[in-house]
Amino acid sequence: MSASLDKGVRVLKEVIDAPIASYFNSCVHCGLCAEACLFYTETGDPKYTPIHKLEPLRRLYEQEYTLLGRAKKALGLSKPVTDAELAEWQELVYNSCTLCGRCSVVCPVGNDIVYMVRKFREGMSASGNAPEGIKGAANRTVTLGSPMGVKLPAVKAQMRHVEDDTGIPIPLDVEGAEYMVMLSSMEIINFPEYLGAIAKIMQQAGKTWTLCSTAFEATNAGMQIGNSDLARVIVSRIVDGAERLKVKTVISPECGHAYTALRWEGANLVGRPFTFEVKHIIEVLGEFQAAGLLKTEGKETDRLTFHDPCQLARRGGVIQQQRSLMNQVAANFVEMPDAGFMNWCCGGGGGASAIEEGEELRLEAFKKKKSQLDAVKPDRLVTACANCRIVLEEGLEHYQMDIPVIGLTEMIAEHIPEQGA
Amino acid sequence: MSKDAIRQSAMQGPLMESLARQGITRRTFLKYCATLASMMALPPAAGRAMAEAMAASPSASKRPSVIWLPFQECTGCTESITRSHTPTLEGLIFDAISLDYQETLMAAAGHQAEEALHAAMKANEGQYLLVVDGSIPLGLEGAYSCIAGKSNLETLKEVAKGAAAIVAMGSCATFGGLPKANPNPTGAVAVSDIIKDKPIVNIPGCPPIPVVMTGVLAHFLTFGSLPELDKLGRPKAFYGETIHDRCYRRPFYDQGKFAKTFDDEGARKGWCLFELGCKGPVTYNACATVKWNGGTSWPVESGHGCLGCSEPNFWDAGGFYKALSMPANPLKMGAAAAVTGAAAGVAVSFVNRAKKAEAKAGHETTTLADLEK
Amino acid sequence: MNELQLLTWARGTGLDLAVAIFVLGVIWRLIEIYSLGRKKDLSAPRQVQGASGWHTVFRRSVPPPGMVKKSPVSYLGGYTFHIGLAVVVFGFAPHIKLVEGISGLSWPGLPSQFVDFVAVVTMAAMIVVLVDRLNKPVKRYLSTFEDYATWALTFLPVLTGWLAVQHMVLPYTTMLALHILSVELLLVFLPFTKLFHAFTVFGSRWFNGTVNGHKGVAV
Repeated sequence: MSASLDKGVRVLKEVIDAPIASYFNSCVHCGLCAEACLFYTETGDPKYTPIHKLEPLRRLYEQEYTLLGRAKKALGLSKPVTDAELAEWQELVYNSCTLCGRCSVVCPVGNDIVYMVRKFREGMSASGNAPEGIKGAANRTVTLGSPMGVKLPAVKAQMRHVEDDTGIPIPLDVEGAEYMVMLSSMEIINFPEYLGAIAKIMQQAGKTWTLCSTAFEATNAGMQIGNSDLARVIVSRIVDGAERLKVKTVISPECGHAYTALRWEGANLVGRPFTFEVKHIIEVLGEFQAAGLLKTEGKETDRLTFHDPCQLARRGGVIQQQRSLMNQVAANFVEMPDAGFMNWCCGGGGGASAIEEGEELRLEAFKKKKSQLDAVKPDRLVTACANCRIVLEEGLEHYQMDIPVIGLTEMIAEHIPEQGA
Repeated sequence: MSKDAIRQSAMQGPLMESLARQGITRRTFLKYCATLASMMALPPAAGRAMAEAMAASPSASKRPSVIWLPFQECTGCTESITRSHTPTLEGLIFDAISLDYQETLMAAAGHQAEEALHAAMKANEGQYLLVVDGSIPLGLEGAYSCIAGKSNLETLKEVAKGAAAIVAMGSCATFGGLPKANPNPTGAVAVSDIIKDKPIVNIPGCPPIPVVMTGVLAHFLTFGSLPELDKLGRPKAFYGETIHDRCYRRPFYDQGKFAKTFDDEGARKGWCLFELGCKGPVTYNACATVKWNGGTSWPVESGHGCLGCSEPNFWDAGGFYKALSMPANPLKMGAAAAVTGAAAGVAVSFVNRAKKAEAKAGHETTTLADLEK
Repeated sequence: MNELQLLTWARGTGLDLAVAIFVLGVIWRLIEIYSLGRKKDLSAPRQVQGASGWHTVFRRSVPPPGMVKKSPVSYLGGYTFHIGLAVVVFGFAPHIKLVEGISGLSWPGLPSQFVDFVAVVTMAAMIVVLVDRLNKPVKRYLSTFEDYATWALTFLPVLTGWLAVQHMVLPYTTMLALHILSVELLLVFLPFTKLFHAFTVFGSRWFNGTVNGHKGVAV
């Protein structure tokens, strides 16, 4: 019970840097960021304008780091940031922002708004203004090992299950394996087919791999809450595990923010470059495909479309691979409008799906995804993020759209021929 | 009487005789008056009225008295008036008026001249036209310019009292002119700075174009009033347009063809003199249309930019050879400003970095408990 | 003070002061902003052609796919008046002469009738974007006094300059003096308002492009 405004302000003062200063000074109030944000476009409420979500941070920056801002504050012309204000901003910073990053791509003056929201969350969390739902997830991740409370025994149970199903042994804590595979809670609990798919693919490609008993969870709730200290704790487990097992590459599963947390923030959180590589499973599959190690037979014949998880495509740089993979196993793959790096968020990333009070807003924002699907009218929807899958399923159900959602890795694995004798 | 006869009878008298002696026919005189009227944008009938008014001034009692006071001047204005290619046509005005006091032109001098002045003032009290050229120095209680032991300031106030109207002739009388230029050592001021209770016509120019003077006097003679004046008291007929708007080299300006030096190809081709400091765009005068020396030429046509001599403070307007688009003075503060700005920025940056370091040093690692308030 | 004296002051002391404050302000603010620095990114970069800070500095001037439809006035109006301002400010011969006088640099000017036309188009575009700012919910919501004041600060020089050339409203000398004074006001306030984006847009786009280029995304 020690969060306080002071702590929050101190943390924000720490994280404000030249990019943030440059961004705040460049904003011309053109409002184009709102046109890129599904929370605005589907609700029409201007308070969801991305740059507006940062207003307390802007004032703080001005008051602390500019001469004129300090003068304004001294003369009473600029209100100090209060705890009440931060509490008021919780909805804007968490419920209505999934860190999807579309705003950063469209801002004409080049403002990286999602970067700023991410930094703002540091102050929000340190001052005790993070939403309950994500706090709970963070709590569980740190104390139990996973945001959904999945512990090693549950993982081992799934491992046995998959071994039985596929007949392929699932390695655990194998030192020197080429790949260390991680899972997200969603996959362990909701989509266990993922692990089986990995097993089949690795076997066919002839690659060595392993799970890690101390670092099987990829989801980083610390990152979603926006607290580097907590995120560091979670990432450090993975780094320790990977170094202990001396693996070459750590594979981030079909989860968006897990990838961002490890691949892009990880080294900065632990303060040193990694000695191993980090790749998203889709990246790995893409490499296997390019190297001819991914042999599939048969194709899906129904009409399929692909939802690009924000953290994979726009925020992760993995844009083309999923398309090549789709084309390998789908005869009727059609792209939805704005497909690729400009694709629209499912509405549930960045911790948003864990916020109960945000559900109504999320479902309203889902109208954007609905419109994309209405334009394409697919039979099924493929994606590569377990959180997206849940959120999409919820949204589709709400709007009574009968479109099953499946994971890409799973779908590919289904087309891997059974190992011959 | 026939029309001709009526016309003839109206255009007779000593003036017409004097003109006839110099070979100037009635017809020529009428044409001149018509030109004068049209230059002042007066209706055609005014030309006729002017001719008749001027012709019909046989006796001294009908000719208005004009007193001409020279103050801190160079006599250029007088020279300009009396130097025209047809002295009789300009000088004729002096036949149409009674020039009771004019130091350069009058025959008398000394006490006799002073007497002539006071006699004219007394005889025509409230009705004479006062023409002033030269500025009025206020420094040393007016000692910088005295005539007959009296300062110009004193004289002006005295003579202006009985004047019907005042014509400030030339840039010195209208705006202070050369003596007023920075640092104005004599404390020179314009007529309108001293006299506030009489109608004043300003005819600026250094010197003014002769016909402007004539036109104003002709207007006064014909209509008994001064022509329409602009905000600065200048007759709109002659000072209503800028040189730039009537300049024959304007097409070159619009095309961006400028002479860069006085002797380059552009100069030889007669291109615009804007870059050589021409003040045409901000100068109101008639030089571009009426020209000088009876339409011979004018400064721009002769290859030199307009000095802006009919505008107030034209001596201190940034330099004759500095284009209007250039800063009037060199920018002195730029370098100092850059250094100050850099110093301020660096100072702030030190404070900022210290603040950030302090925040970092005071970082309390957030644990789960710390997420709750 | 008469109009020529006002003009001479505007061209002389006024210009000196305004340029000094401008230079001081720009340097101070640039250092104030960029000296905050940023931490080095320790994650392994993805090497992708065409994705970098420099690329984004230029590429961000092109609207991303699908955005023009969402807010055509912002893009079309914005481009028109920015390009218009550039044409008028840098292409009109007297302006080039001023820069030459201060710095020695010069370049060929554009025909003055063309600049005249562009000035009118620029003003029309600026009025359109102002109306849009008042009408569109998001823009109206975000806008503060500063947004409207900086609009006026930018609009007045174009208006007064055009009126001076047209010889409308006030006599030329006065209009020219007002034009120069309005430019001086703009210079004085530029470093301390959102108008400073004229300088920081390069840094912002560069940072954005660098971060995304590090991840292999060309933005």
